[in-house]
Amino acid sequence: MYDIIAQEPLIAALTALVGLAVVFGAVLGFAAVRFKVEGDPIVDQIDSLLPQTQCGQCGHPGCRPYAEAIANGEAINKCPPGGQTTINALANLLDVPAPELDAEHGVESEVKKVAYIREDECIGCTKCIQACPVDAILGAAKQMHTVIASECTGCDLCVEPCPVDCIDMLPLTPTLADWRWQLPPPTPSLLNRQSKANIIATDRGGSAAA
Amino acid sequence: MTLFPRVTSPHGHAPQRTDQVMLRVLLATLPGLVALTWNFGWGTLINIVLASATATACEAGVMALRKRPVRFYLSDLSALVTAVLLGLALPPLAPWWLVLMGVAFAIVIAKQFYGGLGYNPFNPAMVGYVVLLISFPIEMTTWITPRELLPEGVSLPGLWQSLQLVLPLPAPTDLAVDAFTGATPLDSFKHNTGLLTEQFYQQTPLFSEAELAGFGWEWVNLGFLAGGGWLLYQRIFTWHAPAAMLAAITLLSGIFYDGGSSTSAGSPLMHLLSGATMLGAFFIITDPVTSATSNLGRLIYGAGIGILVFVIRVWGNYPDAVAFAVLLMNFAAPLIDNYTVPRTYGHARAKRATVKKD
Amino acid sequence: MRKIWDIPGGIHPPENKKQSVDQSIGALPLPDRLVLPLNQHIGAPARPVVKPGDRVLKGQVVAEPHGIVSAGVHASTSGVVESISLHPVPHPSAMSSNCIIVRPDGEDRWIEHQGIADYGSRDPQQLLDIIRLSGIAGLGGAGFPASVKLGPRQPIDTLIINGTECEPYITADDMLMRERPGEIVAGIRILAHILGNPANILIGIEDNKPEAYDALEAALASNSSEGSDIELVDFPTKYPSGGEKQLIQILTGKEVPSGKLPAELGIVCHNVGTTQAIYRAIVLGEPLISRITTVTGQSCAINRNYDVLLGTPVRHLLANNGFDADSCPRLIMGGPMMGFTLENPEVPVIKTTNCILAPSREEMPPAPLPQPCIRCGMCAEACPASLLPQQLFWYAQSENFDRLEAHNLFDCIECGACAYVCPSNIPLVQYYRAAKGEIRTLKQEKIKADHSRQRFEFHKERLERAEAEKAAKREARRRATESARARGAEDDSGITASVATSTEASSTAATSPEAKAPEAGTSAAKATVEDIIMAAKARAEARKASPEQRRAALERGIEAARHRLDSTRQKLADGEADNLGEASLDKLRAAVEDARVKLADAEGKLAKLDLPDSNDSDPADSSRDTGSAERVAKKLGDSPRQQLQGKIAAINNRIAVTEQKLAELTDAATLDALRSGLDKQRQKLAEAQQQLSALPVDTAPAPVESPVQDAAAAAITRAREKAARLAQMSPEEKLRSNLDSLVSRLDKARARLATAIAENADHVETLRTTVVNLESKVREAETKLAQGDH
Repeated sequence: MYDIIAQEPLIAALTALVGLAVVFGAVLGFAAVRFKVEGDPIVDQIDSLLPQTQCGQCGHPGCRPYAEAIANGEAINKCPPGGQTTINALANLLDVPAPELDAEHGVESEVKKVAYIREDECIGCTKCIQACPVDAILGAAKQMHTVIASECTGCDLCVEPCPVDCIDMLPLTPTLADWRWQLPPPTPSLLNRQSKANIIATDRGGSAAA
Repeated sequence: MTLFPRVTSPHGHAPQRTDQVMLRVLLATLPGLVALTWNFGWGTLINIVLASATATACEAGVMALRKRPVRFYLSDLSALVTAVLLGLALPPLAPWWLVLMGVAFAIVIAKQFYGGLGYNPFNPAMVGYVVLLISFPIEMTTWITPRELLPEGVSLPGLWQSLQLVLPLPAPTDLAVDAFTGATPLDSFKHNTGLLTEQFYQQTPLFSEAELAGFGWEWVNLGFLAGGGWLLYQRIFTWHAPAAMLAAITLLSGIFYDGGSSTSAGSPLMHLLSGATMLGAFFIITDPVTSATSNLGRLIYGAGIGILVFVIRVWGNYPDAVAFAVLLMNFAAPLIDNYTVPRTYGHARAKRATVKKD
Repeated sequence: MRKIWDIPGGIHPPENKKQSVDQSIGALPLPDRLVLPLNQHIGAPARPVVKPGDRVLKGQVVAEPHGIVSAGVHASTSGVVESISLHPVPHPSAMSSNCIIVRPDGEDRWIEHQGIADYGSRDPQQLLDIIRLSGIAGLGGAGFPASVKLGPRQPIDTLIINGTECEPYITADDMLMRERPGEIVAGIRILAHILGNPANILIGIEDNKPEAYDALEAALASNSSEGSDIELVDFPTKYPSGGEKQLIQILTGKEVPSGKLPAELGIVCHNVGTTQAIYRAIVLGEPLISRITTVTGQSCAINRNYDVLLGTPVRHLLANNGFDADSCPRLIMGGPMMGFTLENPEVPVIKTTNCILAPSREEMPPAPLPQPCIRCGMCAEACPASLLPQQLFWYAQSENFDRLEAHNLFDCIECGACAYVCPSNIPLVQYYRAAKGEIRTLKQEKIKADHSRQRFEFHKERLERAEAEKAAKREARRRATESARARGAEDDSGITASVATSTEASSTAATSPEAKAPEAGTSAAKATVEDIIMAAKARAEARKASPEQRRAALERGIEAARHRLDSTRQKLADGEADNLGEASLDKLRAAVEDARVKLADAEGKLAKLDLPDSNDSDPADSSRDTGSAERVAKKLGDSPRQQLQGKIAAINNRIAVTEQKLAELTDAATLDALRSGLDKQRQKLAEAQQQLSALPVDTAPAPVESPVQDAAAAAITRAREKAARLAQMSPEEKLRSNLDSLVSRLDKARARLATAIAENADHVETLRTTVVNLESKVREAETKLAQGDH
């Protein structure tokens, strides 16, 4: 038996390969059982990166469904509230190149907004309450409604249903408490500002290309 | 109502700027340059002039292509430093195209392709040097015999003759090039076969005529040591990397000196004062861009270079190895950085840079 | 001699302290108004307790601390509260904040106040309360409320008094120590008492202040009998040894653990200014209303320290020192290393203002442009916290927040030493501040996002629960129907047949070509339609199914009607007896008549029910019930066009009935009511017809919208469609479509308003404002579009 294996190179190779396959299969099988990962953490991880505005601009009813869709291979650039930051974070997580935000789903807003109901105009129709994905609007039929500003995600979904058009999306005004320093501008743009005469011609294209 | 501008703190600044740092580095090369010129003639000076012109042109060209303000980026003098260091490292009387190619490669590919000053992972001068060494080994190892060891009736070429040799001009008729070219101390020591170190020294005029190590070269290295010492005094860089490199070389050569036997690797003094040891220790490995960032990291980085230099010199194929050693440790610098983050105030111990805080 | 430790890093910038110590601490004339920000400290803003127009006395509380980490605000002089309003405050953002603005009356009259001379016998908590109410916050620069720092949970064995003042230019603490050492020493005694007499009491002074050292030494010598030893320690001058963490390291060799307070090490550290303020608060009863501030820089003719009333505008301070605004490139509050620039000189001096620096152009030229970082490592050499500033810069630039935190960004004290030495002039501190701010914001957003996620999940769960409840109800009804049907089959095959027809009808309605939705979701819609039909049927069945109940109900109705008849008759009789007016008697008579008719009706129904041969219900009744089911089924399955047509038919029918009634009736009151009703019906008819004509004749059948579909989902669909449309439009088209939608909204709103006016509804006014708003929006959009055209 041993002689046959030793003398026939084909059989030797086959034996070796099969042996390796068995061994590694066993190792992998053991590892699969021993280091089994519970649940589907990638969806949770994606979900935790999404801004949770639940605005539906991505075409999914909420952030979690979009996270599931991303896990199933959907594009990661459909979230305007998250903007480029979120896209970058998702790209980082999923190890794919970060695309630009898909304009089809809207544009990134510079400032955060919250809904505000002009309360004397509200007729108490509860339509906005039904539309709010995070239950941030208080009120009852025939009663004036109001938005809990701290719970509002600025998703915009309540504006359209309002029959009397009394909901505004107001930008959040910065206060002393949430003011922060911005990163300094890059040197080329400073140069640009400093001497327009001789640098501007070369640098304008540069900053666009950079 | 007058409104004042909003400016970030601090509102004062130490009177030190990048261009001044670079200028001091350039000045500090002077003693070494003088020693080189004294021993080997006008070649090095011509190298430096050629290299500087090429470097400036390349830097300006790339900046223009990248649509950046040319004058602003030239004014930091970093391209000049690269050029001067490469010019010092190249053999004197190297042909003009050698210098041109080396510098162009260093500036355009090793520096600007990676994003320019501050972004290059490898020391541009050494990249240029290694590219030349691998591509043109003959030209790169043709050194000149020190002035005072020249045979009777032969003298180093004058300025015009040197220019004729270097530039594409008709070659000087009254000059035998072979007469004044010769091996470097490291080179000749490498070719020692079977002699005791002492015997070898006596037979080789390069060593027998010398005070400390190899004739001429000892003064070149001492010149760079002096310049480096001045930079250290000026706090242009910290002592860590050079000290570690020199200590590593001293230690290793001390261990392998073997009492000057026939298989001896050479005395510590010879290793310290030969080849590019001092130029490397004070001008190359102190390049902050490509070295490790913390003091501990720089110790490791410098020691690594010292070890590699010695290993390649003694057991490798090349007589000198500073360029290879520096490039190899450039590779390792980010890794060193990762493990040598200093212990921050208020933290019980240092941590690795990649550890995520959760 | 105490052992001194060295701190890593540090720098030696030019001190520039000599020019402001020549003259003693001065006083300034009263400014024409005082601006007292409500938040001059770290923590929650104070709450105002005065209102505009109130007279206040010097030292009177104008705002109370709110919450634990907070400090009160006091009037710095007597005067009148002018307003409580937004005013620029000293903050790097140059933003405005709420301030109490006091117009001084010039009398500078103190409120009645009384100190505690024998504080030694008082409870420390009582003293802490006094300090808290006196509004004392750290005068060294950070402004942390002093009472919080003095009430740690841990036992304290070391009290450190910070007289370091390492920033260049500033001499406020230096002059305070020179001129008022006694008050400082007395303050230290109070602090020691509050902290339970810690074993070590140290005063740390840099060796560039020998006069201050001598003065304190003398004060200590004359005061030594009073308590435990106070040790005066001087150490080599180096910036930033005055930082709390750095000073602790210099004097004790210990490091405050990252993210912790010095109290964890049993150490409390206070500035000399704070110590003196505490002395005045306890012993003299004076709250914190003034502080020593250095006014310096070459743009000021006089460089000097002043005892400045809090709230004094910086402009006033500068004006009294020969300030030349033209020669001053920037105005700094604080020192040159950590101070921030003021955009507006109207901002007031607050509790943390130790220096106003007005340099000349030569003194502080504008920063040269930043060059690329060459990783020279000089910043790392200078960093007192042993960070790697160049790495932090690199990661801040690329917004790599994980790495920033791994490199301990939050241990950076923003001392500016790295930026000071940087040969490339990179504004490193600004990078760190921006990165810190960004990380903090992200963390907050993360918390908010998690919260939103929870709420969204709860919202979904709630909807699902409601849906499940509905489904359960439907199921129950279906069961009831089935059992009833089973019984009905035994009783009356005719009814079963009619039910069967109705089911058939409903199924045809649901699957009729018009109702067939082109998209998916038809089946769901059908299911719901069928559910509703089922429910209606169930109701009909239920009505038939319980003759006993109906009988009982009718009997109850008859009873009630009888009772009402009796009571109205009684009332009529009473009214006649009391000789009421003819009108009210008529009303009563009508009511009696009404009640009588109702009673007769009910009795008739009962009689019908009692008829032996009509079994349990009359066929008309049952057909009506099944008919309603059919109607529901039909309605739901109908296309909008059919719906409208049905509506018009129904209204026509109603009008006919009303007209008939009108013809029959002669009673004037009822006549009027009927007429107005008729008008309304006609109006509705007109409206419906209009809508019908508005519908394109060959409308493709509208997709069946499931009525119970989530409103949010509908909104999402709409928003999505809108976004998709917008993405494909040019700006001009966007404007135009915006205008179109506005116009259609306006039309809708106008129509609504018209109906509301006609019906005299409650929200006419609201609708009117809506219309007005929309009109203005339309105008705006039109002008925008017009501008876009040019």
